[in-house]
Amino acid sequence: MPFIPHTPDDTEEMLAAIDAKSIDDLFDEIPADLKINSLDGVPEAMSEMQVTRLMRDRAAMDGAPLCFIGAGAYEHHIPQAVWDIATRGEFYTAYTPYQAEASQGTLQTIYEYQTMITELTGLDVSNASLYDGASGLAEAALMAVRSNRKVKTRNVLLAPGVNPTYAKVAAAIAGSQGLTFEFLPVQAASGNVDFDALDDEATPVAVVIQQPSFLGTLEDVDRLTDWAHARGAYVVGIANPTSLAILKAPGHWGEAGADIACGEGQPLGVPLSSGGPYFGYMTCKMQHVRQMPGRIIGRTIDLEGKPGFALTLQAREQHIRRSKATSNICTNQGLMVTAATIYMSLLGNGGLAAVARRSAYNTARLVEGLTSIDGVTRLFDGPSFHEVALQMDRPVALVLEALAAQDILGGYDLSTDYPDFGDTLLVCATETKTDADIDVYVDAMRDVFATPLVQSA
Amino acid sequence: MSELPGDLQYTNDHEWLRREDDGNITIGITDHAQSSLGDLVYVELPEVGQDVDSGGDMAVVESVKAASDVYAPISGSVVAVNEALSDDPEVINSDPYGDGWIVRLAPGDDQGELLSPEAYQALLDEIDS
Repeated sequence: MPFIPHTPDDTEEMLAAIDAKSIDDLFDEIPADLKINSLDGVPEAMSEMQVTRLMRDRAAMDGAPLCFIGAGAYEHHIPQAVWDIATRGEFYTAYTPYQAEASQGTLQTIYEYQTMITELTGLDVSNASLYDGASGLAEAALMAVRSNRKVKTRNVLLAPGVNPTYAKVAAAIAGSQGLTFEFLPVQAASGNVDFDALDDEATPVAVVIQQPSFLGTLEDVDRLTDWAHARGAYVVGIANPTSLAILKAPGHWGEAGADIACGEGQPLGVPLSSGGPYFGYMTCKMQHVRQMPGRIIGRTIDLEGKPGFALTLQAREQHIRRSKATSNICTNQGLMVTAATIYMSLLGNGGLAAVARRSAYNTARLVEGLTSIDGVTRLFDGPSFHEVALQMDRPVALVLEALAAQDILGGYDLSTDYPDFGDTLLVCATETKTDADIDVYVDAMRDVFATPLVQSA
Repeated sequence: MSELPGDLQYTNDHEWLRREDDGNITIGITDHAQSSLGDLVYVELPEVGQDVDSGGDMAVVESVKAASDVYAPISGSVVAVNEALSDDPEVINSDPYGDGWIVRLAPGDDQGELLSPEAYQALLDEIDS
């Protein structure tokens, strides 16, 4: 049965009221050649029972491998209470309510989220969230162009450690508005920016720094932030929120701090799930708030002087500014943000720092084990957080295949994104891994490398 | 009833213009405009030196309920902006024709379509009726 409340009579009546003959008439302005008349390739409908069976079978194919892949999404322990609370009926909606102020509980949750994220990132103001980290970078770049009136260019420079997928997504979203994204020169030994090779004549509108970098390294964020500010550029910091429990917050980078911070919120209580739904966070200095995309919840008082929460700065938004709105983003990832808020509340500062430290320790231990194997070395010197790039003497794809046969997801193959690096693997061990798990991985890798390197014909 | 100084010119977009002794044109929004917008919370100003076309965006005035463009009624080059509005946008509400001025232009060739006080009053009467 179709879940549409209108009867055919209702539809007729509504069409008659606006002098339209059919529903198709309402879509007249769409050119006919853009319409698809048949859905070739879409299989026949299945019954609920059939679909349940199909999905159960497919889910079983996933198995329960030991996961050492990070590369932007991270497996963390999520206390049971997080999703028990987040899926209560009162929270279980993806939307910011249309009658926003009638839903004070939802608004308060988002307000608490904003407070926590601003504290983590060391900046003044947060929005209610964005779709994900990658589109968050696009929004941050567009925001920098709107807000930075000292620099007229639309060139955005990216530190070498910016997630390559984020760079592609940002270019896809913001490229049509004339923004260009270009990587800064990399220093081969450290994987970080090569300060000696920087162009001091550059006039970027923004410089994007990811910390920890996609390659697991720690950039000299203070120096790069100051370099960018000296060029008149805004600094956009991308940071893994877990790492911010122990690393310097973007708002404190360099002399003046990053102007905008954004990133992927998934590590805060959102399970790994084929790429989503996750959520993006974004914070900024107060002076840039009017150019911030998305919704912002503010605390206020009502006519009787009682505290309450309201959507604030709405005048910038699409339903009022129409085509001149600050951004087309007028929603948020409410449910994911609710989970993140509960996760952060349950862990607290100390808990989040413990997760960060344990993840860094586990990764260091894993790397120590793996690099004791002949044919495996660290790609970069210097400190890291909970991810490390490893150089291998054989094709990474084959190594990963051999590990997968033993139910181990060994890491992220960097050779596609960074062909210059050769055979390199990015590994990550979060707090979810026990010493025994790490030993299992190291032993399996040792077995793989015990097999002589077969030269391909 | 909106206040309407007789020594100014006006536009259909509820802006006013004053020709200064040095030939530059000071522009703001009318009493009617500020009262329709309500309490202003933010004004986005252009940069000094920027050229504007008649009818093009020049500034944005934002109240708690709406953000509206301020259009350049004539072509010209921005010679001054009212920086005080950055900290104190509500001056537009309290003194729209005086301290609430927004932009000063060195006029260009396009003189736009301006209204006399009487013609603007007629426009307001039409809106009210």
